[in-house]
Amino acid sequence: MSMHKLAILLVSAALIAGCAKKTKPDDEAARVAGRDDGFVTQPSPGDDLFGDGRAVEGEFGVIDTPESLLGRTIIYFDFDSAAIRSEYAQSIAAHAAHLADNSRLVVRLEGHTDERGSREYNIGLGERRAQAVRRALMLQGVGGDQISTVSYGEERPAVSGSDEEAWAMNRRVEIVYLR
Amino acid sequence: MTHRIAACFIFLCLLLAVPAAQAQLRIEITQGVSEAVPVAIVPFAFEAEGTPAVDVAAVIDGNLAFSGRFAPMDRRDMVARPTRPEEVRLEDWRLLKTDIVVIGRIKPAAPGRYEIEFHVFDVFRGQPLMGYNLPVSADNLRGAGHRIADMIFERLTGVPGIFSTRIAYVTVDRPGGTARYRLWLADADGARPNAIAESAQPIMSPAWSPDSRRIAYVSFETGVSRIFVQDIATGRREVVSSQPGINGAPAWSPDGSRLALVLGGREGNLDIHVLTLASKELRRLTRHPAIDTEPSWAPDGKSIYFTSDRAGGPQIYRVGLDGENPRRVTFEGNYNARPRVSPDGEQLAVVHNDRGNFRIALIDLRRGGMRILSDGRQDESPSFAPNGSMIIYATREGGRGVLSAVSTDGRVRQRIAGTEGDVREPVWSPYAR
Repeated sequence: MSMHKLAILLVSAALIAGCAKKTKPDDEAARVAGRDDGFVTQPSPGDDLFGDGRAVEGEFGVIDTPESLLGRTIIYFDFDSAAIRSEYAQSIAAHAAHLADNSRLVVRLEGHTDERGSREYNIGLGERRAQAVRRALMLQGVGGDQISTVSYGEERPAVSGSDEEAWAMNRRVEIVYLR
Repeated sequence: MTHRIAACFIFLCLLLAVPAAQAQLRIEITQGVSEAVPVAIVPFAFEAEGTPAVDVAAVIDGNLAFSGRFAPMDRRDMVARPTRPEEVRLEDWRLLKTDIVVIGRIKPAAPGRYEIEFHVFDVFRGQPLMGYNLPVSADNLRGAGHRIADMIFERLTGVPGIFSTRIAYVTVDRPGGTARYRLWLADADGARPNAIAESAQPIMSPAWSPDSRRIAYVSFETGVSRIFVQDIATGRREVVSSQPGINGAPAWSPDGSRLALVLGGREGNLDIHVLTLASKELRRLTRHPAIDTEPSWAPDGKSIYFTSDRAGGPQIYRVGLDGENPRRVTFEGNYNARPRVSPDGEQLAVVHNDRGNFRIALIDLRRGGMRILSDGRQDESPSFAPNGSMIIYATREGGRGVLSAVSTDGRVRQRIAGTEGDVREPVWSPYAR
């Protein structure tokens, strides 16, 4: 299994595990959901998306269910590219269907780059990635007012480190359900 | 809306609560120059009550070394320590092979004030070069040291010194996994760092106003990017750009009346805009589906250099204020970004991809040609000293960002190492007006 897939599985598992244990707030899940803002306090998002949740055992990640596809909230990109790789088509379709069916849901697409190059140009590259996901969702029927984008460029890496593995984990768009 | 007001209030409280800085930067010369002029800065006498808070001679010594043009003598090698002109025996210093001797005394003045009398001698020619009485507030001896270093530097080189200027930079550290972004101001040599803004969300792209009294920067404190202008003396700030989508890369016009900035809009198409600060009038300068970002004004205020990937990879372009016909100015390599124009308008510092390594390069705008000035793998954010003699930039060392400075002739390179945090985006202030 590639590092990528392993990483996606781990992140997905962390997300779902975080949602399953509602009584005990999970810092990691909150961080992944982008809610570590020091100034604004809001209810942790995504809870109503996932309902009460339950532990997923056994075959998780091997057989894609609509729930597991929705649990994939991070899309990774190749170097200097905003093209969505085919492996994400299914999960983007699942998010699109979910959003199109629930027009009151709102997502924020957070674009990121690896650390190389200049910072403001990387803000542009991260935005380009977020916009690519936005267009893919809109092409599948999601309303434009359900989607906002933000680019953090290289400012908020998911993984620290200056090697190919860390860079691959940082070139990403995170889908964050706001309500 | 109440959230936003609460957020602003909390941020203001945090601003007031930012602790006095502990993070001291220190300078290490990583690449020297053999032609540096040997100087001797003799420890200054202190004739007032108590003990001085700052070793003024050491400040001057450090500043002159920082310039790369001078090689100060180790104090332990000084055979005499004169503090008055009549005590200076030039033949002693000639034997020590020093060209310049600086002596001085810190004398009591009005309560809370001193007067620093200093003299500079040309050992080589056997002549006094300058003598000066500098009144100074007792709590600003370090500032006086910078000022004296500037005066000596200008007398000896003919170029105004930059030791009284300041730098701004951003750090991030993650105590317990939570990021803290801070915007700092410090003396040009890294001394007296002072955090002026702090947030859990990214702070980016600080830019000094031409009068060096205000700083524009990008803050994501509400989750999205907005551009602020903060008054340095009062800490008061205002939002100057909060359009939907990206608000980034602020750059002051040379007269301080306008900001060039980057807006992305809902569709995320980054273009350069020009905001007139007094009237809030916003004008779009570039109009292209590519990424146009990182504007930098030519010193005459008539054109703007910027990064665009309209030809594929990022390259530097120049456009007049009418926005017509942007012209490409870089052709070497597949990645040139973040242009900064030298104070004389004749050179451009950029981030250049040099066979996989991102380095600071200098482009001669008149004659063409590019010279690579740095040797790191991920060097970024070049910024000219206001006299054009040096460029400060960020590099990586041991997995974190540190600051480095290189002379624009490429001969002297030195690290300004912070003791904590991941340091990035240094910007050199203009001369204070």
